[in-house]
Amino acid sequence: MKELRLMKGNEALAEAAIRAGADAYFGYPITPQSEVIEYLMANKPEDRTGMVVLQAESEVAAINMVYGAAGCGKKAVTSSSSPGISLKQEGLSYIAGAELPCVVVNVVRGGPGLGTIQPSQSDYFQSVKGGGHGDYKLIVLAPSSVQESVDYMRLAFDLAFKYRNPVMIQSDGIIGQMMEKVELFEQQKRVEPDYEWATIGKKKDKPATFVTSLQLQAEEQEKVNLRLQKKYREVEKNEVRFEKVQCDDAEYLLTAFGSCARITRKAMEMARAKGYKVGMLRPQTLYPFPTEEFNKMAEQVKGILTVEMNAGQMVEDVKLSVCGKTKVEYFGRFGGMIPSPEEILNALEQKIIGG
Amino acid sequence: MSENLVNPENLVYKKTDAMTDRVLHYCPGCGHGTAHRILAEVIDELQIQDQTIGVAPVGCSVLAYYYFNVDMQEAAHGRAPAVATGIKRVFPEKYVFTYQGDGDLAAIGTAETIHACNRGENILVVFINNGIYGMTGGQMAPTTLEGMKSSTSPFGRDVKSMGSPLKITELVAQLPGTYFATRQAVHKPANVRKAKRAIKKAMEYQKHNKGTCFVEIVSNCPSNWKMTPVQSNEWMEENMFPFYPLGDIKVPEK
Repeated sequence: MKELRLMKGNEALAEAAIRAGADAYFGYPITPQSEVIEYLMANKPEDRTGMVVLQAESEVAAINMVYGAAGCGKKAVTSSSSPGISLKQEGLSYIAGAELPCVVVNVVRGGPGLGTIQPSQSDYFQSVKGGGHGDYKLIVLAPSSVQESVDYMRLAFDLAFKYRNPVMIQSDGIIGQMMEKVELFEQQKRVEPDYEWATIGKKKDKPATFVTSLQLQAEEQEKVNLRLQKKYREVEKNEVRFEKVQCDDAEYLLTAFGSCARITRKAMEMARAKGYKVGMLRPQTLYPFPTEEFNKMAEQVKGILTVEMNAGQMVEDVKLSVCGKTKVEYFGRFGGMIPSPEEILNALEQKIIGG
Repeated sequence: MSENLVNPENLVYKKTDAMTDRVLHYCPGCGHGTAHRILAEVIDELQIQDQTIGVAPVGCSVLAYYYFNVDMQEAAHGRAPAVATGIKRVFPEKYVFTYQGDGDLAAIGTAETIHACNRGENILVVFINNGIYGMTGGQMAPTTLEGMKSSTSPFGRDVKSMGSPLKITELVAQLPGTYFATRQAVHKPANVRKAKRAIKKAMEYQKHNKGTCFVEIVSNCPSNWKMTPVQSNEWMEENMFPFYPLGDIKVPEK
């Protein structure tokens, strides 16, 4: 039976975490994502599923609590917004290095520094290119609706455990704060972990298990890195997700992710109404990036405009994907400002169609 | 091998099962080996090897998970109490301990230490205080004594510019979440026995969800203090113990 509700993006993420069978949430308040922990505290998931919710003393502590719970093979999740996500980078690097599964939500706001509490997409580089130290990757899911926020929470846990890798849901201040109709999936059972890699107490006939990201010998650390890289190639092969809108006959391509893709889609419709054959390619995974799909589209279109709520970050990956086969331009607003469909259409006409 | 030579009825002392056979990397004369040993013996005696999860720090004991024969996690520098919180909250029935040095626990991890204690996390914190950063080569620690030389206080710790040594055990003892706080040493057999009793008591309190148990062990660092093991123990008695007096700091109310 369908369960439909009108929900705020952040609250939907929280409800989805409970329903995905999460064992623990650790977090720290920050605008515009505080509703995640507020919803969890008010809904008493301890009573519903036994899920633990704890407000930590900092984002640093929260991500390390996630490390501890994830090291036990439990489904752990934390959420924050940009400045808080910066604080979590140390922990994310350790979690990626120790190959632990977890889910981290970033409801992005404008930066740099304390920045602004308004929506932004300026953490693309931080999420996709690393953020913390060392050669590691997060799997990055970019919902563009409250519904996708819910669906990606379950997907994020599946991917995290499939690859033993941290997964980031990169939302933003628009999706986090707006209310939409959502269809909720059924409550998933929490499972008792029995993974070889997890610290669940030493078994009598087996050596003790330890979770670590440390290798004192360079030869050993290179092996760890090679194993990670092999895993990332698998992720790139299997987990690319994107949405194509009116691309079949497109002569021009718009691309955007997250909330910005909603606005860009409107600009696409306006361009179509004016007679331009414009399509849209929306990456749903920012890592792995839909490189091949962009490369294919580059054969077909006369130019690509990336629309971002940042100073031009994803545009670099689009350029790398198309290998110079077609023109790639960027348009965006940033610092908490949101582009209008008219602005996007104008940029498309000037930079791509007329350019 | 040696077991074949020993008549079972003559066996009065053996290696504890809660330690592995790996050779310790610690410097000769360092207190870590003894501290490891008594904690492992407690785990053995309480028969909780299969229910114990430890957290190793960053510092000399970063590889503690090689030596303790229990499941362990290696935490980022200073974050062990947060990692232990994550473990204990999802496994409240397990015995969880952290094993941390002074730089890890009382400098970079101060917030995690204080808040874990303040929440009364039902964990055991074993805190090895030798007044110096050992692994990185003898830099000043939050616990370095006034006037004490280190590689980053080569003319001695000047409290006017570098601050005073931090008595973090007294500090956390003030918090309602801290159930038991004590300061011990492991340089003499009598001290080893006392320290072990304290650790055992602290571990047993976990069963009853009483709050955080905090066991400081004042220890030595012959290599970075640039002394022989014997000299370092004498220096510890003469200089460390007056500032860090041994004994219980907070004991459970009867």
